[in-house]
Amino acid sequence: MRLKKNPLMYRAAQMLLVVVALFTFMGVGDEDARFNDLGHHLMCVCGCSQILLECNHVGCMLSDRMRGELMEALNRGDNDDLALQSFIQKYGTTVVAAPSTSGFGRVAWIMPFVALFAGLASVVFIVRAWRNRPAPALADGIQPIKGAELERYRDQADKETDL
Amino acid sequence: MALPQIGSFALLLALGLAAYSFVVGAFALIQGGPGSDHLSETARRAGIAVFGTVLLASVVLVTAAFTDNFSVAYIYHHSNRDLPGPYKFAVLWSGQEGSLLFWSLILASYAFVLRLRYKTDPKLFAYASVVIAAVQVFFLLLLNIAAHPFAILEGAIPPDGSGLNPLLQYPEMVIHPPMLYLGYVGFTIPFAFALGALIMRYPGEKWIHITRRWTMVTWGFLTVGIFLGAHWAYSVLGWGGYWGWDPVENASLMPWLTGTAFLHSVMMQEKRGMLKTWNMWLIFSTFWLAILGTFLTRSGIISSVHAFAQSSIGQWFGWFLVLTLATFAGFYIANKSHLRSEHKLESIISRESSFLFNNLLFVVACFVVLWGTWFPKISELVQGNKVTVGAPFYNNVAIPVALFLLLLTALGPLLAWRRTSFESLKRNFQWPAAGALAIGVLMMVLGVRPWKDVAYFYSLMAAMLAALVIFTVISEFVRGGKVISRHTGFGLFGSMVHLWHRNTRRYGGYIVHFGVAVVIIGILGTPFNREVEKEMGFGDKMNLGPYTLVCQSYTQDDNPNYSNEWAIINVLKGNEQITTMYPERRLYKASSQPQTIPRIYPTYAQDLFLVNDLYIVYEGRNEDTGRPIIKAHLNPMVPWIWTGLIIMIFGTITALVPNAAALPARVPVRVQTAPAVGAGD
Repeated sequence: MRLKKNPLMYRAAQMLLVVVALFTFMGVGDEDARFNDLGHHLMCVCGCSQILLECNHVGCMLSDRMRGELMEALNRGDNDDLALQSFIQKYGTTVVAAPSTSGFGRVAWIMPFVALFAGLASVVFIVRAWRNRPAPALADGIQPIKGAELERYRDQADKETDL
Repeated sequence: MALPQIGSFALLLALGLAAYSFVVGAFALIQGGPGSDHLSETARRAGIAVFGTVLLASVVLVTAAFTDNFSVAYIYHHSNRDLPGPYKFAVLWSGQEGSLLFWSLILASYAFVLRLRYKTDPKLFAYASVVIAAVQVFFLLLLNIAAHPFAILEGAIPPDGSGLNPLLQYPEMVIHPPMLYLGYVGFTIPFAFALGALIMRYPGEKWIHITRRWTMVTWGFLTVGIFLGAHWAYSVLGWGGYWGWDPVENASLMPWLTGTAFLHSVMMQEKRGMLKTWNMWLIFSTFWLAILGTFLTRSGIISSVHAFAQSSIGQWFGWFLVLTLATFAGFYIANKSHLRSEHKLESIISRESSFLFNNLLFVVACFVVLWGTWFPKISELVQGNKVTVGAPFYNNVAIPVALFLLLLTALGPLLAWRRTSFESLKRNFQWPAAGALAIGVLMMVLGVRPWKDVAYFYSLMAAMLAALVIFTVISEFVRGGKVISRHTGFGLFGSMVHLWHRNTRRYGGYIVHFGVAVVIIGILGTPFNREVEKEMGFGDKMNLGPYTLVCQSYTQDDNPNYSNEWAIINVLKGNEQITTMYPERRLYKASSQPQTIPRIYPTYAQDLFLVNDLYIVYEGRNEDTGRPIIKAHLNPMVPWIWTGLIIMIFGTITALVPNAAALPARVPVRVQTAPAVGAGD
């Protein structure tokens, strides 16, 4: 609201958005970066349980072949989804290093955030409940604390403030 | 009597003694009354004797390894005549049966110490002793029935054993599993006290005071175990990384996360009488997750490169998990009225609320790891096909949570118990925040472009937050040191040392935070890793970053345990040779398994702070050309990770030192003139 009232600020915000967008999309389409990115989203299927580009088995027949297939897919202009799909069709769903963002795979991605937000809601609820707890009643005729009880409170203060 | 028979008898006797300790100990506690003390004492002594018998069984197994007694199936499968001495000792934990015996030995050792120190609080210790005896009975049943380490090999005794897995023939493997097990098993002790306190509706927080050091020591062992595992993976597996989010790695991380949450949240109970229920469940979860980790490793239910062979003992662990959950839940329901909080939360900007959020994030992080570990199985059950949950999942989900945790690590020490004024927070926070911002700007000037890749964004955020943690810790030491210096006339450094000594747990904890920040700095170099691979003949060169690798020669050797071949690689920076590296490849004779031994050169001499690991692997020979293949990685900042671990361990040890008395003030000082230093642990 405040931005719309101030045209200069509004224009500055627009420019900021453009700059951010420009930087965000800089470098998109870089083949080496895509190969590296996709190669780290695929598993070597030789049984080593390693990311495709990190498989270090000498003579592993599969990782070299799979890297070649990935490069081939990028060279023929497949987009990332298409390249991944061709691997899934050939090697099965376990070739992808993370669950998909569609179908049941989506549940894998959503659940951690559900847990986080449920936890946050619980903490907020607890904080509110604890803050609303009644404080110890203070009557007008409060007597000053003395002796052992005072010492106990002093100890508690020491314990809680350290210095 | 032959060694296997002695070992078998010792295990059987241990089971009998543990069962006696559990049954008679429990009976004495239930019965109460005048005669029960004597019964309870016999149960305690039987528990002490369990240590002796399990120790005897362990010594027998190690002796069988050293004497090449291949009539014992376990020794045949995990050792051979030419295995070096330290690895023969490590045979104890190198296989399923031996590692369960080792687990029992550690538990018996912990329980031995606990049962000797029973006079601290005889009744609470008696309850804890019974709980531990129950856990001991489970493990000894396993050892006597399902995973017997002294089983005799059928048929003729072979002349030599199958040998130890080559991956385990590395010095760290002699230390890593014991550390990890000391951590896993150690959480049984605080859990036993918690359950004991719950059952007897123990008044006050004494059980937490008693178990505080146990928990910190255990946490320290688990931390060292996890990091040694990471260092072993880095130094042996040869893929250039240290953490692969493998289910077995995850299994060790989960109890560490809840254990860390517990270490923080117990302070809420100690100081403010809050989170009593939460602490009970947190320490139970930590114990339970340690057992779950063992279940994952042993059952074969989830595929992992680390897992032991699939066996029936997974079912044993499954039932034990169910039984412990049901037992704990039952006692909790029966006694939950005893766990009500005593205090009111006075302000949202307080140490209490920071601990709440800290615990939330640790538990969510644990959930993320647990969920990712189990999701392949869940997916298989729901839709019939397995999926892989690997690094990309964890990097996207766990890293944001870790960044928030880092932020809280920085903020937490600045918050006082009960209430912190916004002005005080601003005053204490501004310099660390300015320093962190400066680090962020410096990184961008040096070429980190957070908009280019989300990994760079995470790196930048992690660097800034790690810097924030470091500056906060330093400012807390300096500020507290100045107060003491003013009051006592001591120098600032001496005052800071005294400040730590006045409250070792608090300032030791800050040193641990410092170490965590250093570890994070080490991890954030990951997106900048580089690697090259090349077939290299004599004199061939390969460039990696500012370094040039020149292949000088190849050579071979042979010893009774393995034959090996290694490359001699000169490393140059510019025209100056800075080192020579010898990446190696071995072929172990007994098992006929090959193994790469990467060589790592941290470039401290070239870049003290922006240090790189030059990591070279001799991968073997190309089958077609016969030429050797060399793979080299340049991993920035990795040495910081191991430095951070050392700082964390130093912090943990310093936190265990007893507090000193306050120094006398040079002049009388009015209490209200003391600055509002953070306060509390």
